[in-house]
Amino acid sequence: MLPPCPPPLGVAMRRYRLGDRLIAILMILPSALAIGLFVYGFIGWTAWVSLSNWDGLRPDLSFAGLRNFQRLFTLPRFQKDLENTLVFTVLFLAACLVIGFLLAVLLDQRVRGENLFRSIFLFPMAVSFIVTGVVWRWLMAPTTGLNLLFDQLGLGFLKSGWYTDPNVGIKAVVIAATWQMSGFVMALYLAGLRGIPEELREAARVDGASEFQIYRHIVLPLLQPITLSAVIILGHISLKIFDLTAAMTKQGPAFSTDVPAYFMFETTFQGDHYAQGASIAIVMLIMVSVLVVPYLRYSIRTEAQV
Amino acid sequence: MIRVRPSRVAIYLLLILFAAFYLMPIYVLLITGLKSFAEVNLATMWQLPKNIHLDGFVKAYEALSPNLQNSIKLAIPATLLSAMLGSLNGYVLSKWRFRGSDALFTLLLFGMFIPYQSILIPLVQTLQEINRLANELHVPAFLSGIVPGYGSIAGLVLVHVVYGIPITTLIFRNYYATVPGELVEAARIDGAGFFGIYRHILFPISMPGFVVVIIWQFTSIWNEFLFAVTVTSKPVTQPITVALNNLAGSYIVEWNVQMAGALIAALPTLLIYILLGRFFIRGLLAGALKG
Repeated sequence: MLPPCPPPLGVAMRRYRLGDRLIAILMILPSALAIGLFVYGFIGWTAWVSLSNWDGLRPDLSFAGLRNFQRLFTLPRFQKDLENTLVFTVLFLAACLVIGFLLAVLLDQRVRGENLFRSIFLFPMAVSFIVTGVVWRWLMAPTTGLNLLFDQLGLGFLKSGWYTDPNVGIKAVVIAATWQMSGFVMALYLAGLRGIPEELREAARVDGASEFQIYRHIVLPLLQPITLSAVIILGHISLKIFDLTAAMTKQGPAFSTDVPAYFMFETTFQGDHYAQGASIAIVMLIMVSVLVVPYLRYSIRTEAQV
Repeated sequence: MIRVRPSRVAIYLLLILFAAFYLMPIYVLLITGLKSFAEVNLATMWQLPKNIHLDGFVKAYEALSPNLQNSIKLAIPATLLSAMLGSLNGYVLSKWRFRGSDALFTLLLFGMFIPYQSILIPLVQTLQEINRLANELHVPAFLSGIVPGYGSIAGLVLVHVVYGIPITTLIFRNYYATVPGELVEAARIDGAGFFGIYRHILFPISMPGFVVVIIWQFTSIWNEFLFAVTVTSKPVTQPITVALNNLAGSYIVEWNVQMAGALIAALPTLLIYILLGRFFIRGLLAGALKG
């Protein structure tokens, strides 16, 4: 007698894989539901609150239309916040990209002690914005700190009122933020530089290109995707910056260091103006989405092609 | 004869100048923290302390030690839970892709970038609701510590685990994507199922992924401020960042105590960075998506 014939392999596999596929989906379901509720559900709820009349401790979800947004954009404080966000984002991005690229190029010149230098440039990333804010508030205290150092070095013309001067305001915060984040850009660029094959630069040298031309026409274009990543990461951080100004300066004189995130926090959780706070949050979300959504779609799509 | 090229000198000079800039705040933290209150003088801020005084550190530690413990009770469970979730999600999204799994991944990733202000109001309401429910259900006292409600460390753990899903899933998914599909296929033919493949193929080589994720999550959670200051209203449950901000915000507190406090708050993550910097950098780069 023949032994019982096993079912064709393909059929068994398919049935078997179907069960496992179901398990796989069941395993990711809790996370998907959690994000569905805590991100998308909550955003929807915040949007609803921003269209309501909720002002005070007791929720009042009656419909107010766009009134909160209309009021928000007429508030001088919020206008100042938007201006500060713009100034902060532009200066912070420019400073981090320039310094980060410069440091990466310097470290790429086969220097001795590369690891030590890299660790020094990057360690501020391991520290919280709160610690950074506390230290830099002391460093930029007008009567001591940097001003004192400049005096002693004969660089008195560099002295400034820093965050106590409404004309400097948010720019003082940019310095602290750049101290913290520029090393990150350096790490990104350095990884990118290391990915460029040496033969490419060698070939250009043979063709008589100067080092500057090599960086300008070969290296920089190849690093463009990294620049894009850095802009997105730093940009979304700067649009929602909160901890640093909270620890360093709060809103500052004449709201000169105030940012939307801090205004939202005060309005909502200290002033109990929930609908108004929600409207600030929604404006912040829109700003971040404009920056991030195209980038996310682009990265996922290019990844799918590989 | 050794010729020193001027360009080499310029490179090292620039590197040293920048190093001085990055180290300056640490220098100031240390020397100010080690001074006595009497010696903290605006005019001598940059000078080394004449004698080493530890009273700044003692005072700061006395003020911050309960919050230091809160941060430990928060960061360790939240880190471990989110690492496990991330590993599982990354495994599904890289080795068990289904229709719509890429869309799901994109939707998860977006959660990493949102300004958390846009979810804070419902979050606080939900956590308060959890408290109310626990009250109604008469949760016994010995279990109250794990009710993830408003104002509690357990609540903050829940928050960090949920909002940690995107980044931990991303890191593990990209890590597992480097594991050849043939390996998984071979295990499948040998009769291994969903859990068998994870247990015998993926998990044994997951160590580097776990190290990166654990370091990343621990550092982020330890340093986090917005959730901490919104969800924990009472000083007894506040993590270290909130306590440090309060300590530094009260103008009666001396500078040496503030600086010592800042150093204490920064120390755990600084130590991790010094000891395991390699993995920390890998987490950073992973966070930059395709960087």
